[in-house]
Amino acid sequence: MKILVCISHVPDTTSKINFSEGDTKFDSNGVQYVINPNDEFGLTRAMWFKEKQNASIDVISVGGSETETTLRKALAIGADAAIRVNASTPDGLAVAKHLADVAKKGSYDLVIAGRESIDYNGGMVPGMLAAMLNANFVTNCISLEIEGTTATAIREIDGGKETLSTLLPLVIGGQKGLVEESDLRIPNMRGIMMARKKPLTVIDPESNSSATKSVSFEKPASRGDVKLVEADNIDELINLLHNEAKVI
Amino acid sequence: MSVLVYTESDKGILKKAAFEAASYGRAIADSTGTPLTAITFNVSDTSKLGHYGVDKVLNIESVDEFNAFIYADAIKQAAEKENTAIIVLSSSADSKYIAPILAIGLNAGYVPNVVETPTNLSPFTVKRTVFTNKAFCYTEISTPIKIVGVSNNSYGLVENTGAAQTENFLPILAESSTSVISVDKANDKVTIADAEVVVSAGRGLKGPENWEMIEKLADVLGAATACSKPVSDLGWRPHSEHVGQTGKPVATNLYIAIGISGAIQHLAGVSASKVKVVINTDAEAPFFKAADYGVVGDAFEVVPKLIEKLKVFKAENA
Repeated sequence: MKILVCISHVPDTTSKINFSEGDTKFDSNGVQYVINPNDEFGLTRAMWFKEKQNASIDVISVGGSETETTLRKALAIGADAAIRVNASTPDGLAVAKHLADVAKKGSYDLVIAGRESIDYNGGMVPGMLAAMLNANFVTNCISLEIEGTTATAIREIDGGKETLSTLLPLVIGGQKGLVEESDLRIPNMRGIMMARKKPLTVIDPESNSSATKSVSFEKPASRGDVKLVEADNIDELINLLHNEAKVI
Repeated sequence: MSVLVYTESDKGILKKAAFEAASYGRAIADSTGTPLTAITFNVSDTSKLGHYGVDKVLNIESVDEFNAFIYADAIKQAAEKENTAIIVLSSSADSKYIAPILAIGLNAGYVPNVVETPTNLSPFTVKRTVFTNKAFCYTEISTPIKIVGVSNNSYGLVENTGAAQTENFLPILAESSTSVISVDKANDKVTIADAEVVVSAGRGLKGPENWEMIEKLADVLGAATACSKPVSDLGWRPHSEHVGQTGKPVATNLYIAIGISGAIQHLAGVSASKVKVVINTDAEAPFFKAADYGVVGDAFEVVPKLIEKLKVFKAENA
């Protein structure tokens, strides 16, 4: 089984979000970058396929040379080879198109991406990629088993879950549940050393396509101070929620 | 030209998010001077859509179970039939599953998590949340057909006096090699996505055995229950209840956080909620800075009192 894991290089979840150039660009000053958490669950699930079902894993990221540290980390965790598409992307469509160009040539059985990246939260790349590849697609995926060319996947839905049967080639939008938080791997020294020798191929984009453009950013208005209610005066809390906030 | 809205249903009943998407669609239809068509699947009574500004309903009865590719294909054919320029969907799990596939099918630009009606029609510009509600981004869509995903509980419901004509729509649909084996869904529980009120608890509750009072409080309020990341990682509560940056987003009218200190990731994930109440023993907990109302106190004393008082309040205001 040939697996491609799509890796997005994103600001750490604790990052303070600021903008520069008149609020038109994300300000990456002082920001720590990590593997997008949803992608990391997918990478770990791919490692299990490698260890138990003899799969091979390529990881791919679309972006500038700064994303290579994140790809090296994925190699240190255990991916076999890395690909970086050297492009800056205005939207999710552009990312999906670059990924599709590579995925078509590599004839992968399974492509795993995170259900969304935690920076722009678009949640569109896996679905667009599946549509471009004419592959099956399951998003919000919290469990995946593959036997031969048949896959059984569980998808989180609003208020429950849905079990699906589908066929390879398949694109997955993964999230926590695919593996648990405690299953995530921290690269060890041996992994880091081996990662240095693994191939990281940089390729130029075949085409550029986009449909949307981020024009400017804005931070939410700062909010008023909290109104404190004494613990022995719960009637007042109910009064405020009913008469002032009008939410009960 | 027309505006098309996908109005989602569950077991033949339209969801609240469907009426919100319809209300939003009506606003765009008014500003562009075009009619609003809704597409539904297996909805027995579509008349309510007229009350939210829909002029015409295309109802599909030829599809049994949810399938993102088949739904996307049907919506695509409806868009072509109606000569649609703008398609509106909600932010439900199913809508977010369908929209990217639909976008490729129609060569349309797609922007999700939109919180307001377009700020400009030419160039078509919408305001969406990014960085898990830590910021907004004004985004232009340059394609002839545009797809907008409206954030739940952001635009609200706008009632209208119109009446909708319903037409049975029979698109020609391909087979899919993806099929549903089973659906596991609690019928009596309010979901986090649809809830008006969410009651959420964290590690301050000390153990999973103490969740009974959280569920009782949720019952009294007709609320959904949720939890912080550590609680889901510890296995005290199911992952499906984890709200925050790497869990589910919450955009409810009232969010009550009990024994949750308020890590930046948690605050981001719930910040789209309109009113936030925090109950915590630690007056220095960061959540107090992000909340509207706060009680510094022990959850084990405050919550039972709150349940009793709310019962009385509900009985008096029923």
